[in-house]
Amino acid sequence: MAALLVPSLLTSCSLDDKSGLGWFFGVILQLSEGMWASLVLFVLTLLFSMPLGLLVCFARRSRFKVVELIAKFYISIMRGTPLMLQLLVVYFGPYFVFKVALSTEYRFYAAIIGFALNYAAYFAEIYRSGIEAVPKGQYEAAHVLGYTKAQTFMKIVFPQMVRHILPPVTNEVITLVKDTSLAFAIAFVEMFTLAKQISATESTIMPLFVAGLFYYIFNLVVSYAMGLLEKKMNYYS
Amino acid sequence: MKLLEINNIKKSFDDLEVLKDISISVEEGEVVSILGPSGSGKSTLLRCATLLETMDAGTMKYCGEDAVTEVNGRSVYASKQDLKRIINYFGLVFQNFNLFPHYTVLKNVIDAPIHTQKREKGEVEEEAKALLEQMGIGDKLDYYPCQLSGGQQQRVAIARALAMNPKILFFDEPTSALDPELTGEILKVLRDLASKRMTMVIVTHEIDFARGVSDRVIFMDEGYIVEQGRPEDVIDNPKNDRVRAFLNKLSQ
Repeated sequence: MAALLVPSLLTSCSLDDKSGLGWFFGVILQLSEGMWASLVLFVLTLLFSMPLGLLVCFARRSRFKVVELIAKFYISIMRGTPLMLQLLVVYFGPYFVFKVALSTEYRFYAAIIGFALNYAAYFAEIYRSGIEAVPKGQYEAAHVLGYTKAQTFMKIVFPQMVRHILPPVTNEVITLVKDTSLAFAIAFVEMFTLAKQISATESTIMPLFVAGLFYYIFNLVVSYAMGLLEKKMNYYS
Repeated sequence: MKLLEINNIKKSFDDLEVLKDISISVEEGEVVSILGPSGSGKSTLLRCATLLETMDAGTMKYCGEDAVTEVNGRSVYASKQDLKRIINYFGLVFQNFNLFPHYTVLKNVIDAPIHTQKREKGEVEEEAKALLEQMGIGDKLDYYPCQLSGGQQQRVAIARALAMNPKILFFDEPTSALDPELTGEILKVLRDLASKRMTMVIVTHEIDFARGVSDRVIFMDEGYIVEQGRPEDVIDNPKNDRVRAFLNKLSQ
């Protein structure tokens, strides 16, 4: 009898607690590991996709038709198929193609690789728009002044491109914050995966709200930082 | 000494023949104005001379050095290395200035001499400041181009071109983007340069200015030079009907 009562007591206890502040912070504590994982995924994705995007952009603008076509194809695949599917392919691909056993650490790498490859395609197109927004006269002035092609890009075009692309890049970065939740598809334990688990085991929607709050605050910080950067780049015009 | 020598240049854009057969040479210290209606090929000629456009046929020499030679009736350009040297013989001032918006006035002027001509920074900076002072914008060194009027921007652009110490300076309608008052500012700068015997080739629609400042006037129409000579001959007593009609329209 007592043995039957104790669990029911416990449940009623925890049910009561669910409205309490202590329980709320308990959930946050449980989620914090996931928050960290999301943050790492976010930072590493940007770190790899932004330079990779520049390479893809160069390829896309190459005067060699073959290189241009490859870049176009890459971009169209990356933009034309779901990111979740791409994550699955990157994660399970090695197993199905090479019969390599999947390690748990690979999940982490697969997530980074999948995100970086996907976001590089979007960044490449954003960079391209930024480069093409630099007037032809800038290249002509640079040419007459004897700048080499590399100097023209580094000194004249790139700084102006950066200014042009900040608003669309902000958009993309904000999307990435939320897209990190897609990593649950390959059972990569990030914030959203944990929130869903806790929500299911504790049968409450609260952790999902906490997750939502996390993404929202994360993005407030991102928008604020990008806003500062935009202001800083606005020193001319 | 002939600074520039262009012979029988031809240039087409697709099916449109813009330069049909033009030869022009410029002596050291000479000021040459190029007049003519829109679409006559003036700007294209200037762009070919400054290597912004490649010519189809014809030859070009700067200071006696071959920039473009001709093989079997087609233009052949000198090696990259030679062109890199030749590009230092001339400067170009654009119609819409084309200043670098992210650089200050001073940096616009000194960056190329330092990084493309590998000259010493202190020396270039002194020279640039003197040039900007001479242009009447010595107090605007730290301004960005967007903070300046059109006339001031064009003066920065002229200083930028002069800082490279070119032997010959081209102007592509330098006042067309400016209102009459600012136009006067720029024309005054050009007159000053002319009085210092700077070799200049100026594409312009300012007839009075051309008459006052040029040693020689070239009138172009439909890809040909239709008349050239002293300004008092070409502008005041044109022999060609087309020139007369154009000048009449301008003076109305």
